Amino acid sequence: MTNPAKPIYDSAAHALPALSELRELRQYRFLLFQLIRRDLVARYKRSILGVAWTMLNPLGTMLIMTLVFSNLFKSVESYPVYILSGLIVWNFFSQGTNAAMVGLIWGGSLMQRIYLPRTIFGVSAIGTALVNLLISLIPLTLVMLITGTHISLTVLFLPVPILLLTAFTLGFGLLLSALAIYFPDVAEMYQILLTAWMYLTPIIYPEEIIPERFLGLYRLNPMYWMVKLFRLPIYYGRIPTMTEIAPALAWAIGFLIVGWLFFTSKSDEYAYRV
Amino acid sequence: MLTASDVYANPPPAAAAREPIVLLENVSVQYRVPKERIGTFKEYAIRALQRRLQFMKFLALKDVNLTIYRGEVIGIIGNNGAGKSTMLKVISRVLRPTIGRVVLYGKIAPLLELGAGFHPELSGRENVYLNGALLGYNQAEMDEVFESIVDFAELRDFIDAPVRTYSSGMYARLGFAVATARIPEILIVDEILSVGDESFQKKSNELMQSFQKQGTTVLIVSHNLTKIQEMCQRVAWLSRGELKMVGDPTQVVQAYREDNP
Repeated sequence: MTNPAKPIYDSAAHALPALSELRELRQYRFLLFQLIRRDLVARYKRSILGVAWTMLNPLGTMLIMTLVFSNLFKSVESYPVYILSGLIVWNFFSQGTNAAMVGLIWGGSLMQRIYLPRTIFGVSAIGTALVNLLISLIPLTLVMLITGTHISLTVLFLPVPILLLTAFTLGFGLLLSALAIYFPDVAEMYQILLTAWMYLTPIIYPEEIIPERFLGLYRLNPMYWMVKLFRLPIYYGRIPTMTEIAPALAWAIGFLIVGWLFFTSKSDEYAYRV
Repeated sequence: MLTASDVYANPPPAAAAREPIVLLENVSVQYRVPKERIGTFKEYAIRALQRRLQFMKFLALKDVNLTIYRGEVIGIIGNNGAGKSTMLKVISRVLRPTIGRVVLYGKIAPLLELGAGFHPELSGRENVYLNGALLGYNQAEMDEVFESIVDFAELRDFIDAPVRTYSSGMYARLGFAVATARIPEILIVDEILSVGDESFQKKSNELMQSFQKQGTTVLIVSHNLTKIQEMCQRVAWLSRGELKMVGDPTQVVQAYREDNP
């Protein structure tokens, strides 16, 4: 059968899934915006303080950690700033990856009814986490002012670590959510992994207490580099060196590519599986 | 009795000149159902090593050939499990066929289970935009039709209340109003006509007819044979994944009834 018109969809036309997904995502950018908006608005809809919780949440954790640990880590100057800068990075990662996983499972019921680009749940989850990260820069600035920490011009470097962190988290989140579709246990296992991972990353304790012989292992941890890159311009007031940026860049690009390729190569199967 | 291949050989005369909008060529869909539920890595790894991963292969659609023409109203009938829903899923891009090819020459507006994707905490207004976005529309397209959605759903006084406060009828009306806000090229209707009270049903029937006048292709899946006969120009009968018969509604429905006394 011939038809002069160009088809809108042809199931037999297999373009590269990794590329066609990008095109579809672009077409659905209004949905992306709506999903991020929904997640931001709906979460606090019934609370009186609303979006302020995005700022109060890390502040609360910081306060508790400071009370508990400030005695132990006396050597660390303006400990609240140290810990808050680390927590912001960690919260972004753990919230973003968890939301990507939950989002795809939630989206499963929708994916059985209508066509949607499969990556939209992961991308919108990371987008929501990114907005939350930007909002939490406000309490960070406040804490810096209150504790009298010098705010150096190096903070202008922050877009770079934020960008790398976003790329890494998106890649990791896509990989994780694809796995969670096949093995529901992954979602539970991941919570334990996250706890262990957080304590293996210098967030609440200073890097100096890491024993020399473990330093090599620490440097294999991508989150070690993400936290470091974000903290340097804020807490230490210096721009990271190339040898500090390179590992973070490699992890970010590596995970983004692997995660995107793996996730999109399976994208036809999710509707069969969820 | 007319079979699928006869339909291809002898398309209805009126349809011959018409332009196809949905094309199903030798479409088969295979579900792989694991014989036992395997949910953990450990079990999976052990079984994969032992090569004991067993799946039941199950064909939900078998070699279906069907051409739907622009502007027609076509009904799909069949018993439960005959493959009707799978066929809608293949057409609405939810599933890619295991074998065969599906081609669309128009945009699909799915109307499966209304209000899916609504967020209970968000207001009706916010959900209209969210739902429109899920259907693939953009901001400008939704702005254009927002007022008519509110009017059609008869929810002017409640549009800024969270939808968790809505009754199930209000919920469904809003979902229907969003899905039909813009004149779709292909409208898929899955057992939807039973939604809402009588006056709303009348309204949605009228809307469907006005769409059809404006060139929308309508696909209806229903167990209500009388309704199907009333509304459709052609009916396709699916039985155990195979297309048994396509053609004149009265003939197909009669054959279906004889087969399922």
